[in-house]
Amino acid sequence: MSSQALINYSLYLADNTLILAQRNAEWCGHGPILEQDIALTNISLDLLGQSRSFYQYAATLINEANPSATPVSEDSLAFRRDVYDFKNILITELPNGDWGNTILRQFFFSAYQFLLYQQMKQSSDATLAAIAEKSLKEVTYHLRWSSEWVIRLGDGTEESHDRMTSAVENLWSFTGEVFEAAPFEKDAVEAGFGIDPASLKSAWLEKVTEIFTEATLAVPPSGWMQTGGKTGKHSEYLGFILAEMQFLQRAYPDASW
Amino acid sequence: MSVQELEKIFQQKIDQEIKIEPKDWMPDAYRKTLVRQISQHAHSEIIGMLPEGNWITRAPSLKRKAILLAKVQDEAGHGLYLYAATETLGTSREQTLDDLHSGKAKYSSIFNYPTLTWGDIGAIGWLVDGAAILNQVMLCRTSYGPYSRANIRICKEESFHQRQGFDILMVLSQGTPEQKAICQDAINRWWWPSLMMFGPKDGESTHSEQSTIWKIKRKSNDELRQQFVNMIAEQVKILGMTLPDADLKFNPATKNYDFGEIDWNEFWNVVKGNGPCNKQRLETRRKAHADGAWVRAAAEAHSEKRKARAAQKVA
Amino acid sequence: MNIRLTKYYYGDIPEEKGGGSAAKSESTANWPLWEVFIRSKQGLDHKHVGSLHATDAKMAIENARDVYTRRMEGISIWVVESKYIHASNPDDAEAFYEPANDKVYRHPTFYDLPDEVKHM
Repeated sequence: MSSQALINYSLYLADNTLILAQRNAEWCGHGPILEQDIALTNISLDLLGQSRSFYQYAATLINEANPSATPVSEDSLAFRRDVYDFKNILITELPNGDWGNTILRQFFFSAYQFLLYQQMKQSSDATLAAIAEKSLKEVTYHLRWSSEWVIRLGDGTEESHDRMTSAVENLWSFTGEVFEAAPFEKDAVEAGFGIDPASLKSAWLEKVTEIFTEATLAVPPSGWMQTGGKTGKHSEYLGFILAEMQFLQRAYPDASW
Repeated sequence: MSVQELEKIFQQKIDQEIKIEPKDWMPDAYRKTLVRQISQHAHSEIIGMLPEGNWITRAPSLKRKAILLAKVQDEAGHGLYLYAATETLGTSREQTLDDLHSGKAKYSSIFNYPTLTWGDIGAIGWLVDGAAILNQVMLCRTSYGPYSRANIRICKEESFHQRQGFDILMVLSQGTPEQKAICQDAINRWWWPSLMMFGPKDGESTHSEQSTIWKIKRKSNDELRQQFVNMIAEQVKILGMTLPDADLKFNPATKNYDFGEIDWNEFWNVVKGNGPCNKQRLETRRKAHADGAWVRAAAEAHSEKRKARAAQKVA
Repeated sequence: MNIRLTKYYYGDIPEEKGGGSAAKSESTANWPLWEVFIRSKQGLDHKHVGSLHATDAKMAIENARDVYTRRMEGISIWVVESKYIHASNPDDAEAFYEPANDKVYRHPTFYDLPDEVKHM
């Protein structure tokens, strides 16, 4: 039971970071200016690295729990599971949109990750704590970088302000899901190694409000929130992400790369 | 001092292997040649991100994805270092980019070929980066200081690029029959275009002679090409693959590999814009730049506002 | 050959050619150019590593972090807008540097001491 909870929790953390890394990576070579193309790719690489740590941990746990089954690996977990297996929150799989939309999503996510990892550093599970400690350094920079960009674009020109306002409208209803505990998160909290996401919400909103104020953007009322990603009920976008990402592993199932 | 005297001093420095630095006097034609060559080099790095960038979202493992992402990102960095080198010559990055987007400036034709399979990512690393590295190692000793330093930095970073390409092909060559086929197919398609990367034959290359006197280039196109063929003809054996050239044969007399005739008709056509991806590549870069215009303007406007606010506070 | 005697001094590049606070809010506006200096480890000097574009100092430092320290090249960054760097003129080289040539007595190897003298 506890092992299954830990596996699910790790997979959740892995899926979130992988899918967002994949989306951000689409920008590589297409950014608004070279310096920022490089900066966003750094974030994508950090997230990809985090997802690998979580997948590797999940794989170890799965293999320990099922010693007689065919072993799984970080790659089989990333490339051989289907849409309903993925637990990532919906906001990570949404299309990039323009640079402002991408930045805003990154800001929302980094602000959440920052709070999450701060707590997870003290997790009773030593591996999760270690990954959180390493990743927190990365996320601290992501949060700083994305906050500044939200401010720049919100407070920049009339056009950039309008674009950011649209991005807020576009993304806001996807910001609630992360704070609603899925069954595996409840299990994780009960087992003592997980973080109750609801406990992060007020600090998150405070950070968003702080940055939005400086960016001259309005924080929308909470309103209806889209959910489903954590339990495998995704948007149509994820299927296409996986079709692309998993293509080679699916087309050549016997191959190693 | 007369121009003739300045030129004499300039050439003496070059002959004594003293690097030319941005503030030093230099003939206008030297400056122009450098701007042309360095910006072409920069554009090649930036356009070069696209064919490989294609496969970032499709890389077959998480490790390969991370490597490829880091590698394509490095190319953005290389482009950046090189644009900075042209800026020391008084040409802004914006101007240089305008020349690319208008189609006036050239870039390496190799990037006008498509990446069709994962094998192509291996072949680009091994062959295309391999060819580029030979050039860039030579350019570490180029006579213009900032260009030389940019190349030194590039070579340092690029040393893993060719290895990761070869590593991809190694794994394919030892894999399933389908993977072996992917490997051979990629080599077949990238071999000749890689040879073309070294440019026209000596004697047909318009800029070569003066560039050699100025020590911008230190080896001829054909010399570098031969060096490349000798290197690759040996390495391909380790892969257990073949190069698509029936005339490729070691010549004990010259200690070089003889090789077949390059299709120069194809070469000139791709240079003129008729390659399979010329339009697509340029369009992609134009779009990225145009889509980024509002972002660049907003960042600048915000910075101005912040400065104004700070000034107000002081006042 | 058409020789142009204009010299673009590094950092003194004319405003319209690059660097400097470019004309305001044009959509093709060019962010100013910055020079980046990095201390590779504690105890060493900052060393010039290259340039980049950024709208202000804060962004320049972050861009420098993203562009120039991806391989653990540094632990401290300085940036300065290129237009504020003033360089000596190469035409002055003789007058500036050659007079130091004959001051050999400034160098320790100029003094021939007996071997018995230790720790000097």
